[in-house]
Amino acid sequence: MTATLPVYTKKDFQTDQEVRWCPGCGDYAILSAVQSIFPELGIPREKFAVVSGIGCSSRFPYYMNTFGFHTIHGRAPAIATGLKATHPDLEVWIATGDGDALSIGGNHTIHMLRRNLGVKVLLFNNKIYGLTKGQYSPTSEVGKKAKSTPYGSVDRPFYPLSLALGAEATFVARSVDVFQAHLKATLRKAAAHQGSAFLEILQNCNIFNDGAWEAIAEKDVRDDRTIAIEHGQPLIFGKNKDKGIRMNGLNLEVVVLGNGVTEKDLIVHDERHPNPAYAFLLSRMDSQPGFPTPIGVLRAVDAPRYEDLMSEQVSDIIAKKGKGDLTKLLRAGDIWEVK
Amino acid sequence: MATTLAPTKKRETLDQAVIRFCGDSGDGMQITGSQFTNTAALYGNDLATFPDFPAEIRAPAGTLPGVSGFQVNFSSSDVYTPGDAVDVLVAMNPAALKTNIKDLRTNGILIVNADDFGEVDLKKAQCKTNPLEDHSLDGYRLFKVELTKLTRAALKELGLDAKSMDRCKNFFALGMCYWLYNRPMDGTHRWLDDKFKSKPTLAEANKLAMKAGYAYCEATEAFQTSYEIPPAKLEAGTYRNISGNTALALGFVAASQKAGITLFQGSYPITPASDILHELSMFKSFGVVTFQAEDEIAAVASAIGAAYGGALAITTTSGPGMALKMEAIGLAIATELPLVICDIQRGGPSTGLPTKTEQADLLQALYGRNSEAPVPVLAAATPGDCFWMAFEASRIAIKYMVPVILLSDGYLANGAEPWKIPSVEDLPEIPVKFATDPQGFQPYKRDPQTLARPWAIPGTPGLEHRIGGIEKQDVTGNINYEPLNHETMVRIRAAKVEGIAQDIPEAIPVGDAEGDLLIVGWGSTYGPITAALRAVRAKGRKVGHVHLRHLNPLPRNLGDVLKRYKKVVVPEMNMGQLSMVLRAKYLVDAIGFNKIQGQPFKVAEVEAKIEELLK
Repeated sequence: MTATLPVYTKKDFQTDQEVRWCPGCGDYAILSAVQSIFPELGIPREKFAVVSGIGCSSRFPYYMNTFGFHTIHGRAPAIATGLKATHPDLEVWIATGDGDALSIGGNHTIHMLRRNLGVKVLLFNNKIYGLTKGQYSPTSEVGKKAKSTPYGSVDRPFYPLSLALGAEATFVARSVDVFQAHLKATLRKAAAHQGSAFLEILQNCNIFNDGAWEAIAEKDVRDDRTIAIEHGQPLIFGKNKDKGIRMNGLNLEVVVLGNGVTEKDLIVHDERHPNPAYAFLLSRMDSQPGFPTPIGVLRAVDAPRYEDLMSEQVSDIIAKKGKGDLTKLLRAGDIWEVK
Repeated sequence: MATTLAPTKKRETLDQAVIRFCGDSGDGMQITGSQFTNTAALYGNDLATFPDFPAEIRAPAGTLPGVSGFQVNFSSSDVYTPGDAVDVLVAMNPAALKTNIKDLRTNGILIVNADDFGEVDLKKAQCKTNPLEDHSLDGYRLFKVELTKLTRAALKELGLDAKSMDRCKNFFALGMCYWLYNRPMDGTHRWLDDKFKSKPTLAEANKLAMKAGYAYCEATEAFQTSYEIPPAKLEAGTYRNISGNTALALGFVAASQKAGITLFQGSYPITPASDILHELSMFKSFGVVTFQAEDEIAAVASAIGAAYGGALAITTTSGPGMALKMEAIGLAIATELPLVICDIQRGGPSTGLPTKTEQADLLQALYGRNSEAPVPVLAAATPGDCFWMAFEASRIAIKYMVPVILLSDGYLANGAEPWKIPSVEDLPEIPVKFATDPQGFQPYKRDPQTLARPWAIPGTPGLEHRIGGIEKQDVTGNINYEPLNHETMVRIRAAKVEGIAQDIPEAIPVGDAEGDLLIVGWGSTYGPITAALRAVRAKGRKVGHVHLRHLNPLPRNLGDVLKRYKKVVVPEMNMGQLSMVLRAKYLVDAIGFNKIQGQPFKVAEVEAKIEELLK
């Protein structure tokens, strides 16, 4: 199979369709990163299906030269479930946004993750409704002044990664549109994961929520305001690599290295930790002042894929009972002859 | 089993009889009725059943809302309905008696469990006086039988507790009915052995109770006459008893086998459609993939995903679920993917009457989506017809690359009738042709005959393309917002559905081909209309009947047929939905005959309406 696989380049995954995102949109960077890692995956192009819902991010399939299905608002996970249930061999990627995945499609998102459907989910989080021109979203911060909340929103936002972990997602990660190298590396890890890979990508909407991630993603602050976590590595961050995170009781604590505090005191990241509570702590550390926003893979554990369990059940039953015989099925139970 | 009668007892031969078993939801009335039905079917009677049960699983025992009933009409000639009036009513408690006695015909046989008519039982049923003593039942042949005591006595050797023994009293009543209609009990014995494989004592207990009921009738002076209903002269063939939901499930399995593709069902539990999911989930050896979704929307959306991947995809629901699915059905229309949506209608609006029948989702099926969104709409006429309509819906969906709505209802879903089993070889193939050739491939390039677009499934090399709900450019399928293109696409989608009229049978009236009155029906009203038609034609009336199984598009000659009669009447279990469509489409003065009670039409009601219109 791999022997006959064509050698793809980024170009092979680009379509002839004019990209219709606003100039300066963070989606361009995500598209480019995805198009550049797909050729590396060793998968025939026809095996890719990109499925999306509705929203700016959901235009993604039109720009990917693969099979693509731009569906309806919030329903991409459900459509992907039917596709995967009958075609476990396909490589299905879902492009979605904060409104699509967490608001109108919230139910499908949690159930897809609970089932561990073998799909990659790219959640473009810009904390705003872009395509409907600027209403606050389920990830907008409290007090968000937007078109529908001129006096500020009053509801608490979701932490998307916490939500995914609550549904016991087997792969939970985060990256940022402008961190191209990190984004590509994280996409590769998502691609390698066997079950549901949930990747939140912090993305800038320069029209309706410009600078939403400036406070953490700007060049001069990013090292202090984000922490790139790596499996097996201690949780260290800061421009001078002088800060770390350790456990203090049931809480995380930011410490400065030195004065008796060494790397040994810090948490060594274990993305395979069997208890999702650990990743859950990480996923919302930045809800407290002074904590960085974690990027990278928070959790990556093995679990059987839903579509495999489904098809194994079918093949097990066929192995046990033999292939169904329609005549027998129609004549099941009590039958009688009329002459 | 000894069925020889004591010489003093008489046996009368009848053409048909209607029995209704009614009792508390926990009394096992559905099982009792089903067992009697199977026995009658195996004996060769034609029959129709009507299970009528409350939405509550176990309403407080003995109360009026908790009453569950099962009616069976069995006959030596053709049967079209479960019967208007009941010949034998078995009432397990005062609540059952109170809610059902009105349907027992004068001088009919009434068997009651006399043990359950104590003061408390009467109070629960809100009876001020004891009907067994107040002469209100004088017009019936009343048999007061101590079902509980007699059952306990019959089972005393088994060492069961009182509760377990009392659970067998329905089989005592069943045994009585077997004696009354001179039926063998071996079919029910087999069923009990299978059902209680791991609990042989319970199988034994029910058998003993049934035998005791049979013996009781034979021994007691009270029962003097038993009845014989000879087998019906059905068309030659092999038969089984089938309910509408089972028939749907089998029809889809058959269609997937004949199409040679995987059957995928996405469904969310809802009354009265859940049985289709229960059935199909058992058929995994046919490669059937069933998905119990997180909600109704995911159910239809998963089916769309499966259709996109080349499966025969179906979703099954009832009215409220249908409403939730509509946006997704619009997506299937826009992306032109084959899909069958089954709506097992029930009383509404909102939650309405979950376990009662209605056919008020016709307009929802035809028009309940945003914008111009036509789909083929089909409706099954009888429980057995559900098999054929599932097959037909699958055929149309695949051939025309279109979502198809198939309507059934609670009455068809749970009702049963003898069904002539088709031979698998006689079922037509359903050709499936997946696109494979990248040369000149365009996702919306159509078959000139059917206007179907190619079915190009993911995984096919060289056919990578994008589809979606945004308006597409004709032929290429690229996003397109141009005004004229939109109009072209709207008209093509409509023309594709309209063109199916050339591929379905013409309307051929049953009865008079022209005359004074045409009855136009659809769905489960088939039975009562057919029976009423026979009755009025026997009196010399010039009446015809067209029963529509295709509701969109309608048969191409329907307009001509409507013109051949002086009057047109449309009996429907709704406020006049088909009559509105006929009036709009054919400018015909279709007269509505409407019943919205959660109950099917009685034959007499349809007959009376016909007579009224012919005056």
